[in-house]
Amino acid sequence: MIHVLAFYLFAGLMLLAGLLTITARNPVHAVLWLIVAFFNAAGLMVLLGAEFVAMLLVIVYVGAVAVLFLFVVMMLDIDFATLRAGFIRNFPLGVLIALVLLGELVIGIGAERAGAIRLGLPDVAGQAPEGMSNIAAIGALLYSRYLFLFEAAGLILLVAMIGAIVLTHRQRGGVRGQNISKQVARRPEEATVNLRPEVGAGVKL
Amino acid sequence: MTEFFQTWMPFEWAWALATICGILLIALPLMLGVAMIIYADRKIWAAMALRRGPNVVGPFGLLQSFADGLKVFLQETIVPSAANKGLFLLAPIITFTVALMAWAVIPFNAGAILADINVGLLYILAISSLGVYGTIIAGWSSNSKYPFFSAMRASAQMISYEVSIGFILICVVLWAGTFNMNGIVMAQQHHVWIINGFVANPLLFPIWVMFLISGMAETQRAPFDLTEAESELVAGYQTEYSSMSFALYWLGEYANVLLMCALNAVLFWGGYLPPLDIPVLYLVPGVVWLLLKILFFFFVFSWVKATVPRYRYDQLMRLGWKVFLPLSLLFVFVISGYLMATGHFT
Repeated sequence: MIHVLAFYLFAGLMLLAGLLTITARNPVHAVLWLIVAFFNAAGLMVLLGAEFVAMLLVIVYVGAVAVLFLFVVMMLDIDFATLRAGFIRNFPLGVLIALVLLGELVIGIGAERAGAIRLGLPDVAGQAPEGMSNIAAIGALLYSRYLFLFEAAGLILLVAMIGAIVLTHRQRGGVRGQNISKQVARRPEEATVNLRPEVGAGVKL
Repeated sequence: MTEFFQTWMPFEWAWALATICGILLIALPLMLGVAMIIYADRKIWAAMALRRGPNVVGPFGLLQSFADGLKVFLQETIVPSAANKGLFLLAPIITFTVALMAWAVIPFNAGAILADINVGLLYILAISSLGVYGTIIAGWSSNSKYPFFSAMRASAQMISYEVSIGFILICVVLWAGTFNMNGIVMAQQHHVWIINGFVANPLLFPIWVMFLISGMAETQRAPFDLTEAESELVAGYQTEYSSMSFALYWLGEYANVLLMCALNAVLFWGGYLPPLDIPVLYLVPGVVWLLLKILFFFFVFSWVKATVPRYRYDQLMRLGWKVFLPLSLLFVFVISGYLMATGHFT
């Protein structure tokens, strides 16, 4: 009972938040609604018993990706009038993309219903042993059966990261950086002199 | 507690009622504890500066925090006219709620834990990554430049230090073999000879030092309180807040500090276990040991606040990205290598 109620609560809130994401007038509000949607998706994952995926969803999407989104959107000064003006012009294209996606969904679900593709039927190697925790099961699969795919995903991310750094990094001259180890290693003897000059004679440095 | 209620009602209702009672049992003492810890913080800080600190309201000024609470409660809530009203009022509620939520997976004694979930430590990471929203939303919705600067600083700071905290926690998880908080505490029993706690382990001790410092940065305590640097940002992200909404930030901040102290105790100092694995010490209830450890760490936090000057922003970023991140990554390699070599996983 509670399970069903929770499902409809999370799913309903997620759809509502998704709708508000695309209809919100203010982009910051849109990102915040997106975060609500992520959060409810994590709730659905918990209901499925995939608590590890749920936590990762919150940590990665809500905790890191959405924060950066919010950052960028807050910094941009977006003019809504021009944004709305493009809406009518791009409407046919949007409808076309939506129709293509709908067609793909219908074909995919139809094929699954007709028995052409099998989803959600784990084969023996993919099945988690009884009594094994979520994380252990995922780890065991990821580092044995899907090791090369996993490494490839890591490599792609590394390339993306290096690309971003190469594109944005620029060498600037005349920057005075702080060398902390040099500062810490400095002793009073090299920095100060102790003199006792004659009265009225002054000091020559 | 569910069994107790189950004697006179069906299981679902008993479970719901037991959970609500559990939440109240944690949240109410926590609020009282936060009030007293604010007083303690001011007293410690005053003592280190050779002042008296709060000493007027009640004996030794013990009721000072309650007087402050009453004062802010009676004040008017001012919402700036240019502020984004809904978000402006939502932000302190987010901060306060998130500060309380993480306590659900802290084990207070063997079995005394509200949610004994498999992914306890990941839950803590997830919740602490939510905490930044209270600050960002406050800074943006205030529609004022200093709060906005402060929100920028806060989000950059928290994201930077969460990366190294993640690696630090992985070291603990590798050694404990579980993400469950109770399991992590139990894995620390007589860890090194008769000492309970990962901190006695020479490989994990430097990890704990990094965790303590990262924790200060994560909770924006001095010397990393750049978000509230009053000489640069007036009062940071809470500049525009008044009365109860300000008080919620205050309470949330100290609840977060207490949580960090509790995490230090649970992850590295054996949680509710006594410091030494001697039967006599187990006569003292586990809650007492945990509280003593939390108070000790809170004293350390206050001590640092009273003695260390504030970091500059580039120094803060350097420490996070160029010192802690490579070091914690190195320790993940070293510790997992050591555990593999000694056959810990088989």
